[in-house]
This record gives sequence, C-alpha cells and structure tokens, in this order.
Amino acid sequence: MTHDAAGMPVLTGVADQVLELVGRVAGSGAEADVHVSGGETGLTRFAASFVHQNVAERYARVRVRVVLDGRWATASVNRTDPEALDRLVRSAVAAARLRPVDPQYPGLAPSAPAVTTGNWDEATATASPEDRVAVVREFVAAVGGLTAAGYVQTLGEAAEYCNTLGHRLTGRRTAATVDGIARTTESDGVGRHSSVRLGDLSGAEIGAVAAAKARAAAEPTELPPGEYEVVLEPSCVANLLGFLALHGFNGRAVVEGRSFVELGTPQFDASVRLVDDPTDALSAALPYDAEGTPHNRLDLVVGGVTSAVTHDRRTAKAAGGRSTGHAVPGGERLGAVAADLRLPTGAGGSSHDLAGRVGRGLLISDFWYTRILDPRTTVVTGLTRNGVWLVEDGTVTRPVRNLRFTQSYLDALAPGAVLGIGSDTGVLGDSWFDSVTVVPSLHLARWRFTGGAAG
Amino acid sequence: MFDLAAAAVEGALAAGARYADARAMRSAYESMSAKNGDIEDLTQRESVGVGVRALVGSSWGFFAVPDPSDRAAGQAGERATEIARASATVPGAPVDLAEVEVRQDSWANECREDPLSVPLTEKGDLLAGVTGTMHAAGIPIAEAAYQVWDTAKWLVSSEGHRIDQHIRECGCSSSATAVGERETQRRSYPGIRGQYGTRGWELVREIDLPAHAARIAEEALALLSAPRCPPGETDLILGSEQVALQIHESVGHAVELDRILGWEAAYAGTSWLDLAQLGSLRFGSDLMTITADATLPGALGSFGYDDEGTPAHPVDIVRNGIWTGVLSGRDSAAIAELPCGGMMRADGYARLPMVRMTNVGLLPGPHSLAEMIEATDDGILMDTNRSWSIDDQRLNFQFGCEVGWEIKNGRRRRMLRNPTYTGIGPRFWGSMDMLGGPDEWVFWGTPNCGKGQPGQVGHTGHPAVPARFRGVRVGVR
Repeated sequence: MTHDAAGMPVLTGVADQVLELVGRVAGSGAEADVHVSGGETGLTRFAASFVHQNVAERYARVRVRVVLDGRWATASVNRTDPEALDRLVRSAVAAARLRPVDPQYPGLAPSAPAVTTGNWDEATATASPEDRVAVVREFVAAVGGLTAAGYVQTLGEAAEYCNTLGHRLTGRRTAATVDGIARTTESDGVGRHSSVRLGDLSGAEIGAVAAAKARAAAEPTELPPGEYEVVLEPSCVANLLGFLALHGFNGRAVVEGRSFVELGTPQFDASVRLVDDPTDALSAALPYDAEGTPHNRLDLVVGGVTSAVTHDRRTAKAAGGRSTGHAVPGGERLGAVAADLRLPTGAGGSSHDLAGRVGRGLLISDFWYTRILDPRTTVVTGLTRNGVWLVEDGTVTRPVRNLRFTQSYLDALAPGAVLGIGSDTGVLGDSWFDSVTVVPSLHLARWRFTGGAAG
Repeated sequence: MFDLAAAAVEGALAAGARYADARAMRSAYESMSAKNGDIEDLTQRESVGVGVRALVGSSWGFFAVPDPSDRAAGQAGERATEIARASATVPGAPVDLAEVEVRQDSWANECREDPLSVPLTEKGDLLAGVTGTMHAAGIPIAEAAYQVWDTAKWLVSSEGHRIDQHIRECGCSSSATAVGERETQRRSYPGIRGQYGTRGWELVREIDLPAHAARIAEEALALLSAPRCPPGETDLILGSEQVALQIHESVGHAVELDRILGWEAAYAGTSWLDLAQLGSLRFGSDLMTITADATLPGALGSFGYDDEGTPAHPVDIVRNGIWTGVLSGRDSAAIAELPCGGMMRADGYARLPMVRMTNVGLLPGPHSLAEMIEATDDGILMDTNRSWSIDDQRLNFQFGCEVGWEIKNGRRRRMLRNPTYTGIGPRFWGSMDMLGGPDEWVFWGTPNCGKGQPGQVGHTGHPAVPARFRGVRVGVR
C-alpha cells in the first residue's frame, strides 16, 4: 500500500479496480457499489495523571456489495493490492449467488451531487503523538493537583464511493476530541470538546472546567429519589437526543411500528427544534452515507412538531419515500440513524443561569450507562456521573451523590416540559457513529430518579 | 507471519525500546441475519496486519499497520517506540513487567465442523426457516443471526515468546418482537445475545434454533397482555442466562485490575473494590465461588495464551464468598504485586491488548431450579436479559429481563411483563441462598463486551447456573 506525503493511503483507482473486477467475475449485468477509505488515527490516553496508553493506527478499508438479480452480499478487506481485491470480489460474488433473492432490495444510490467535500484540517490529519501528548500535559497541569484521566484523539481519513450506476463521490474528514475528568478523592468533574481541528482544543481550558466541577462536587451528600426539576448539561442532552434518534426517528423503527413518531403531531415542547446536519462546519462526517447517498440537513422537529424521519434506501422503499442519506454501517439491522444532531441554542445562558430559575431541582453534568427499557415509550434507565448538584431557590446549594433514574426521554421533552434552553454549546464527538452532536443545556420540568447509586 | 512480527519487534528495539512485542494476525469474520423469513444481510470481512507494542522507561507506545512488508513492519516498530517516547514525557511510576514463563508453542481450540465450510445456503435456510416460523405465528419482527470468527495470530516478544494460535468461534441468536399498542415485548433464544463459544458449527446445531421458534413467538405475544411485574421486595430466582449477565457486570468488570488501579477512570470507570481488602472482603454468600478460567473447553473466553504470551490458567476470583483474585496483565500485576493473571487480549491486530474477562463464572452449587421454585412461597422467576445498567464503580445495578413468572407456594404461576430488579453488588450476592447444580451449568458466551478507547469488543465466557436471591427490590420502572 502506498501513502502520500501526509501519510494518507493512496486510494486512487482502487474503487474502479473493484468495479472492473465485478464485471469480469460476475458479468456485465451485475450491480455493485464500493466504499474505499483510509487514513491514520491516534489516541493518547491518560489516567492517574500520566500517559498509560498511546496508540496509532494506519488503516485502509475496501467494502464491496455485489447484487445479482436481487441477490446480494457484502465483503470487506483491509488491503488494496490486486490479489486481495480479486479475492474480495470473488468472495462477494460467490456469496451473492448462494443467498436467496432479497424482495426488499432497494437498488443502488442514483447519481447525485454532494453538498460538501467534508471538513479537513491538515494539521489534525498529520498530528503527531507529541502533539497529542502536549494537550494531555496542558490538561494535567490545569487540574492543579487533582488526578487527571481521559484521552486526546485525532483522525484524518480520505474516502471514495462509486457504483455501477455511474454514481461517484469522494470526501475527506478530520476530527479531534479532548475528553477528560479531574478527580478528588470522592468526586469527579468532566470537560470535553470536539472539533475538526486539534488546534481549536485547549487542554488547559478543558482541564480547568473539569477541575472546577470536581472541586464543586466534593463532599456530596445523599438525596432521596423522586421526581425533580433538572438542568441537564450538554453531555446529558446529547445522550437524550441520541436515544430518540435511534429508537424514534429511525425509519426502520417507524416502519416496524416500534417508534413513537407521529408525523405532524406536536410531540415535543413548542420550543424544541431538532435538526440533523452532517454538512455543517462542525461536522466530522464524510459527504455521503453508507449507501452513497449525499448527506443533507434534515429538520426532525420544528416548533415541537415532529416533521421527518430518517431513511436509508431500504426503509425509504418500505415507507414509500426517499432516502434522507442516513444509512449507517450495519444498517440492515440498526436502521437509518441521525447521528449529527443539532439542537439550536436558546436565550437561557449557561447551565448555571438556567439553574437560577429552578425552584428545587438538580443540575447534572453527565449521564452514564443508559439503557433502554422499552423502545416504544423510550423509557431509559441510567445514572448520573461527574457532578450532580442540588439547586434550591435558584442557587446551587450542595453536591449530591449519584442517582439512578428511570425516565421516558420522550416525556422529558413533551409539550410544557422544556422550561428553558441554554445559550451554551456543547460540541460532542460520538465514537459509535463517528459523528458530532451540537447541543445546549436544557431546563426540564421533571426527571424521575428511582434510587441512589450507593443503594 | 512470525517473521513479520519479529521484524516489528526488532524495529522497536533498534529505535530504543527496552521491551517490545508484536502480533501478526489474519482474521476472517462472517455473519448473516434474517428477518421474517428473508435474509437481510450477509457480511464477510478479512483483515491482515501487525500491531507492535514498545516500552520506553515505564511508558507504552503502540502502532498498527495493515498487511505490511517486512520493512513496513520494522518501521511500525520504530513508530511504536517513537510513540512510547512521547508518552514518557508524561510518565507514571517506574514499572517492570511481571515475570511469566517464556514459551514457544502452538495452540488451537477444538473445532469439529469448520463454520466457514458450512454452505451458505444451509446457513441461510436455517435463519430464514426460523424467522419464517415466528413470523407465521404472528410475530411482526422475527429475527435470527449467526456470527463466525476465524483468527490466526503469531506473537513474538523481545523476551523470546514465539506463539501461534488458531481460534475459531461461532454462535447464533433468534428473537421474536411483538408490538403492542403502547410497548413492545421480546423473547429471545437462547439468550439476548444468542449463545457463542470457541467451538465449530456443531455448537449452532446443538443450540437448535428451529426447536424453540414457536415457543418464543408464543411467549412474546403472551407478554403483551401479561400483568406488569409488581413493585416491591421479594425473593428472586434468576435463570442462568441472567445470572451470567449479573456475573459479567457486577463481578467480572469489578475485578479488572486496570479499573481498580484507576486506568479506566474516565471512561469505563473504576471499581468499588480496594486491593487492601483482597483476601478478606466478603463479596457474597458462602455459596458464591467464582473463577476466571481460560482453559474451559469450548467457552467463549478460552484460549491457549493471552496476547502477552501468558499461558491460560484458572484464577480464583471469589472463594466461598470471600474476594480472592483479580483479572490482570503483566504491567498491572507488577504494580499491584500480584501474580500475572494472563488476561490481556486485543480486539484484532490494530488494538492494544488490555485486561479482559476470560471465562468468569460461578462454580455450580447443590440445588436445582425446580428445588428453588418449590422452596419459594412468594417470589418471581426472571429469565433472559433485556436491559442492563450499572454505575461506574460496578456497585449499583438495575437489570431488566424479557420475562417473569410469579412464584406462589412453591409453584410457577402467571407470566409477568417488564420484570426488573435492582440492588447493590455485595448485598445482592450476599443474599444468594440457593444455587443450581452441575446439570444446569451453562458456559454462556458474550461476544460484545465493550471496553477501552479506541473501543474494543471482547469475547467473554460466563459459566452460570440458576440462583435464588432473598429480599430483592423488583418492578422498578
């Protein structure tokens, strides 16, 4: 495999070679699409205030889907040499011939231009281990004697999609994340931020946020479970919206009847507007989805009214619509997922400003280990983490110990339930979908806590 | 492939590493899934590459490359050392690796029927048939899948390790999801994640998905109209699949030494366990004896050697209710001044080996499920995991199961929907007063244990039997 000056694998021509091989092996009537991607990613991890794991990987991926009269199969390999590509295509063709016809096969993506070419920063793509460690050093210094733990990650990737319908798109992307905690002997505080550019991320600033939270969360006391008004900081809000996207707005869930979504219905508070936008300047996405459909901005909720669901080609066919460009790897089982969620900021100020309007409630930094109990009602259980504080008469009065909650996420944003939207902005990377969620803090009328973490 | 790994190690040493090891790996993966009688997905993946780990001072560096030449493997070793040198600018305490026997060996698990050689048509017919049966029985979302992993790896270390292993794993799953007016209900067989092992296709044949398709379809539909699990405190009997999950979450992760040392603090979390109490802390009742044993034939967490070259061996974790052991690797064991457990594994050539569960499970007890039901006046039997959540110290958990049954006066009565239970690890394990026997001992396999950054998916095994727990809070919703 050859690489360019920036260390990126040279992928030119690989996709064309694969399509040519498909024609040669399976005949000219065969359909196929090819994804080729490659790059380098590095992740520097620290714990107990030292770098304990520091890894980098150069990678290449070639994935082909071959379709023979409605029978299809995919195969992938991490090599680009002619022998590997030949073996890849023969494997996919043999598998496609052996499987039954897929009556739901939606066809390949037609030609369509991309809205972007992807966000790219050369310095991030070529970031060295020293660059990442320098950010770690800033973070550790900023926590001022507390214990630090977390990671700094950089990624640079180039990619190409093409298919036998003549559709072809290319793109590239960079991403960087700093995510860490500061620890006292009995409390943790978190700071995290993602960007297209490592240079945007200050270990000192993010570490200082984590340290301030950890100190403010020290000496927590128990609070009885029950229903509380809450201010959720951006990490919690991103978690909440992610569940709604996966289990609600997902076209597969809608088609199968296990989604809450009712289009045109005011299912959310009138102040809620929810957008998915993998094309904006903050996005770390490629310009197209896993089926080669160009990404586009999509309004999911406008003025509290559910306005759209996300589709890949399969769910779109089942629903009688068009793909919205939300196919994800493994989508045959996961469905079509909005992973670049944007909740526009409000006028509520910071999370502490929002807390200033709370009678008696909780200010929460982070959620942990959230799991869905029922997808239809989006009832989720999980715990608070990295800082929870009691708010009384608009004043943050004391830290409390972590609590377990069991809460319908849909109900949490129901009409009348959103009391304020912050003007702060969390830019939060999601490693599961390689995406970025951009959200403010939220002031919600009620949240159901079902136990204390200590029993 | 040994030569590639050796070139990577030599590259790292030449660049200044004081220790290095490298794994060359060739991996194949195949999966198929079906829904409602149709095949939905057929995926085949192959990868070849080398990952090399270098130690400079007390600091690690790791670099991975796909399909390298000898020269590129050597350069990967150099990159690993460069990365370790960068790590050393924010160093930890001085550390040496725990001593282990240096071996040159080959190992492969028993595999009577190569899963990748079973015709795709036969596999497709199996999944389509099972899901077709459930769909025809009125299930709107009937799904089934199998997965196969075929991994060959060659380990070389600067201490002289030279070990090759061939590990074949497979398994399958099926589920019936019924959709009601306000909620969905699901029944799975053999468990929520299916059942997996370091075995050949004979495991899938033994699981026999078709024999259970009609039953789980019927149970999923019945759950829609079953009464809700009432809230309260009661005696709880768990089926062995749920006990396996309980072990995984509240014991297995809690005894990982990297968590105890704080190395996973920012992400996976830490542990409520304090090494000062190793050997004296009461973790559960006298019936609770848990081992981590990578030598169990066919269990999903079995291997010949871990990814540092430490031979597989059983380790006591809890003995008669007392905490006795941890899961460790060579660096963490050295820091804790404990024997090396040999539990370091990586998810492919491009990932750093880290502490992983092997087969962490209960040794069987003196009772049976039937005896537990008979001995219970008022309780609930729950089976098959549906949801799982536990705090970052592995202490407070809330788990949901797919199905519950009311137990009254020693008999199993009506079905209950949405059963959940919650508790605190050591209190819960301390309340265990009945434990299933050898006839009910199942080596459950979990093929999707997430840990680490970048994320790694681990394959773990959990020998388990049914068990009864007294005075548990249930019906939390």
